[in-house]
Amino acid sequence: MNPSLDLPGLGDRRLRLPRPSGGDPGALPVIAGLALIAVVFGSLNGHFLSSENLTNLALQMAATGTIALGIVLVLLLGEIDLSVGSVSGLTAVVMTVLNVHEHVPSGLAVLLALGAAALVGLAHGLMFTVLRMPSFVVTLAGLIGWQGLMLYLLGRDGTINLPFDGPISTLSDTWLPTWLSWTIVIAAGAAYLATVLLVRRARARTELPVSGPIPLALRTGGLVAVLAAAVAVMSGDRGVPLTLVIFGGLVVLLDLALRLTLPGRWVYAVGGNAEAARRAGIPVARVRLLVFVGASVLAGAGGILAASRLSAVNQSSGGSDILLNAIAAAVIGGTSLFGGRGRAYAALLGILVIQSVANGMLLLNVDSSVRFMVTAGVLALAVAIDSAARGGRR
Amino acid sequence: MTAPVLSAQGVGRTFGAVRALHDVTLDLRAGEVTALVGDNGAGKSTLVKVLSGVVAPDAGRILLGGEPVRIVRPHDARALGIATVHQDLGLCENLDVVANLFLGAEPHRWSLLRSLRMERTARDLLASLDVRIPDLRTPVASLSGGQRQSVAIARALLGEPRAVLLDEPTAALGVEQTAQVLALIRRLRDRGLAVLVISHNLADVRAVSDRVHVLRLGRDAGVFRTGDTATETIVAAITGAEAAA
Repeated sequence: MNPSLDLPGLGDRRLRLPRPSGGDPGALPVIAGLALIAVVFGSLNGHFLSSENLTNLALQMAATGTIALGIVLVLLLGEIDLSVGSVSGLTAVVMTVLNVHEHVPSGLAVLLALGAAALVGLAHGLMFTVLRMPSFVVTLAGLIGWQGLMLYLLGRDGTINLPFDGPISTLSDTWLPTWLSWTIVIAAGAAYLATVLLVRRARARTELPVSGPIPLALRTGGLVAVLAAAVAVMSGDRGVPLTLVIFGGLVVLLDLALRLTLPGRWVYAVGGNAEAARRAGIPVARVRLLVFVGASVLAGAGGILAASRLSAVNQSSGGSDILLNAIAAAVIGGTSLFGGRGRAYAALLGILVIQSVANGMLLLNVDSSVRFMVTAGVLALAVAIDSAARGGRR
Repeated sequence: MTAPVLSAQGVGRTFGAVRALHDVTLDLRAGEVTALVGDNGAGKSTLVKVLSGVVAPDAGRILLGGEPVRIVRPHDARALGIATVHQDLGLCENLDVVANLFLGAEPHRWSLLRSLRMERTARDLLASLDVRIPDLRTPVASLSGGQRQSVAIARALLGEPRAVLLDEPTAALGVEQTAQVLALIRRLRDRGLAVLVISHNLADVRAVSDRVHVLRLGRDAGVFRTGDTATETIVAAITGAEAAA
């Protein structure tokens, strides 16, 4: 795993052998894992790869996947947020109370609830940056405290139903018509190709090296093929769920923000070497605040998606294994626990793995005890890959 | 002789009961490499920290181009055109070469990074310094020690400084990498920069410096022209053998 060799004459300096993409395993292990899962469960149960089941899988992904997106953010800083489950539940309850009890219009209720989540994240961030409390402890307190507040808001009934035909419930029961899905596939492919070509021309104009046309065509083709396959499968059933489009849009947006904007670059810098970032003049505390606010808002958005799917909030909203699945998804998807490495797509790939395993085992009537153990094995494997990649760089 | 670009005059600093620097006077001239040598605890690092604003002196003054200046924060030094490359380099290993060169000073518009401009400038800068890195998109973690040192030095140059302070640039480097970094230091001199190099390695000092400034127990222990001075004389100044004899 660690290709290094000792050269005579260089004392104890070790030379690293060149590795693909600088020692970062990237998305390859998880994509290989997904293929393996598809083959294994597909051969064990004919229903696993059916349109209906894969569409269900897509529906199940959105909520926890959105929460995992926030986890990716905090992991990039090299920190952890254990409160995302509770914050997702709290946000959903705030939204539901506003909407159902206070008769606030749905859209406004969602915005206000996300604002509340942002305040929660700000509180975590301030405790972390100003009081210098470890993020583990801050968010552990959050995990307990925000769940308490959620239960308090729920009151004695312990459950509030959202109107079935209200906009929030409808969100989870909206399916893109086939023509719209295909339009999106074509538009996404065209937009990607156009961007790549424009960047290529701009690079050529500034006399920077440009990649050849073949990798470019392959990547565009690959993107269109993956999207087309997903649309083809889901159109065979009810269509592409709107919540999946929302989740996918968030993933793409966050990825662009992380790679192309100043705050995004600073997140990677602080996660890579906070001291170097501070010395270079990066406002480290503000970057950390931003990330904790972002994680809580994304957790809140995930909670709202979950409430929409359930058409209700109850005492187990944001509870059980949501937190663990979100963290596991981010890590399995290839986000480093050591900070500074990973992309937003990790949330999408990771949640796909976790939900596929859970879904496949459910189809096979495997007991949930075994499901937990298998998920744990996948998680341990992902962290082992991450640690080995990091070991190769030290 | 030209007037010094950067000079410290009668600089002193105590940490509690320890007198780290006492009445030290150092001149850095444009187009000249000054080596700062001395035994462990001689005050080399403290002097560099004073010049780079990490530590404030409690005696003496600092002149830039003949004018007294106030340097109390690292930011002050950078703003005045004094760039420092610390021994730990301050690179983000997860980021690529271009990102590290512009760390904290990324050109941007509406908070969008201007990636192409950064890469263009990075290529031109590294080419002008004759630093060879095959792929600027690779994370710094996968570069050799000499390449990392070169990236750190190149980054110091982006702010168009007048003086560059290098803390142990060749420590822990192999033979060939040391030669690369020394060649890079010579190119800094040829660009007309005033360069200060802290080093423990007298062979490197001899290879690259024009003058040697010796510190001993926090005081000046002599300034020598490298070309005219025998290594024994420098060693004697470092160890204080002359005084004992």
